[in-house]
Amino acid sequence: MKLLKRFLYFVGLPALLIVLWWATSRNGTSFFVPKPGPLVHAFRTVWLGDGFHKDVVPSLTRLAAGLIISIALGIGLGVVIGSVDWVRWLLGPLLEFLRAVPSTILIPVLLLVIGINDAMKVTVIVLGCIWPVLLNTVKGVASIDEVQLSTGEVYGLRGLDRLRYLVLPAASPQIFAGIRQSLAVGLVLMVTSEMFAATEGIGYATINFQNQVAIPEMWSGIVLLGLIGVALSVLFQLVQRRVLGWYEGLKESANV
Amino acid sequence: MSVAHDNVQLAAPPATPRRRASLLERGLPALLGALGIVGALFAWQIFSEIGPVDPHFLPPPSDVLPQFFQNLGYADFWTATGYTLRAWLLGLVISTLGAIVLGVIIGSSDFLRQATHSTIEFLRPIPSVALIPLAALLYGPVLKAELLIVAFACFWIVLVQVLYGVADVDKVATDTAHTMHLSYLQRVRYLVFPTLLPYLVTGIRLAATVALILSIGVELIVGTPGLGQKVALAQINDATPSMYALILTSGVLGMLVNGLMGLLERRLLFWHASVRGGVKS
Repeated sequence: MKLLKRFLYFVGLPALLIVLWWATSRNGTSFFVPKPGPLVHAFRTVWLGDGFHKDVVPSLTRLAAGLIISIALGIGLGVVIGSVDWVRWLLGPLLEFLRAVPSTILIPVLLLVIGINDAMKVTVIVLGCIWPVLLNTVKGVASIDEVQLSTGEVYGLRGLDRLRYLVLPAASPQIFAGIRQSLAVGLVLMVTSEMFAATEGIGYATINFQNQVAIPEMWSGIVLLGLIGVALSVLFQLVQRRVLGWYEGLKESANV
Repeated sequence: MSVAHDNVQLAAPPATPRRRASLLERGLPALLGALGIVGALFAWQIFSEIGPVDPHFLPPPSDVLPQFFQNLGYADFWTATGYTLRAWLLGLVISTLGAIVLGVIIGSSDFLRQATHSTIEFLRPIPSVALIPLAALLYGPVLKAELLIVAFACFWIVLVQVLYGVADVDKVATDTAHTMHLSYLQRVRYLVFPTLLPYLVTGIRLAATVALILSIGVELIVGTPGLGQKVALAQINDATPSMYALILTSGVLGMLVNGLMGLLERRLLFWHASVRGGVKS
């Protein structure tokens, strides 16, 4: 009974909205709103056929590459910058400025410097996504509890062990907050860079459909990008629950 | 589990007993910071002159900085900046107001919260740039198109924070308010709003950065007037120094936005532990 109630809560509103959409668009003449049938058809023919290899795979590869590089670089540099005071002071204002540059504005520049290729798009993603991870890592590492640091020292934790068992776990809640922001920015930059200049990719195909005024196809691109966003967020939450499970538990017990 | 939740929890680093910082100790970080900026400019200059990239595509700061200051004298430049900031501000205000109203209504009812949870979790991660083609088709290169994208993205960011905030209201305080027969509006004003405020400010701060990224992104692709469109034009016209000057401008703009949000946070939350603790240490 309880399970049924939860299930109804979960599907209730979405089902209602879909029925509403179906009912209003069935006899509707609105040019911009696609009907469910043609939309599903367009989705299947555009993205699950040829388009899968031609557009979807390249887009996702670029996104994954950009995100992995940003996260690795962000954590690596962040640990160094966060643990050494003078490096943090030296680079602090510079990093604040670089972070403040709205990353979409870099797309035309990188287009000039690098050209229309995968490297340009990955660079755009990295230049946008690295800051949340980097700055949050710096903040997390710089604010590790003094007692924890001293304890680690007394136990002779050094080098990689210190990093693995003390620094990274202590900073991980902040790092994950940063990664979460990066994911959203990464997707935005992947799509924007493809819309601005590309020869393939989901963003490119979608803006192309807009230029051809192919309404259901254009909407199918929007739906696909939405689904990718949702999938990324679910994936992130799964990883976070695994890695940060101890932290959530700690917070809960502290709140009791 | 939200960004803000973590930030709010961790905003105040554990209080460690610290000696009073002497003038030298306080001055040193600022000095090093200035040194870092100057050093970066030098590195850029040298890289541009002897680096592997054609200096035409990566002009040195000695070309870019004069252009940057020259821009400040052009009315054209200020109009473009104004357009970008207008879209940024309007988008942020519209989405924040909408998110507060809807968030408080949904958050105060258990039924509504449970019924909307799955829908919100699904709509929230949708990248708003996916809607750019639709906005372009519906409105063309005008402010409305930019607002649609900016407001859509910011709305979810703020809404989720508002929902977290409303859920965080203290149980005892709620019971007290009921006992004292506070009306619905009074409860919102004196009970929900103070609890909500830190979450709301975090939401607005996150949304402000995203809004700037998106308004410039829409200007680039759809061609609505603003800094993004100017950069796209400069790229087409091969005017690289002015392109880099505009990017510097956008960075300054971004820092102003961050500073403004920091100020807002301190002004609105001067009473909150995360801000008070920060001042004390």
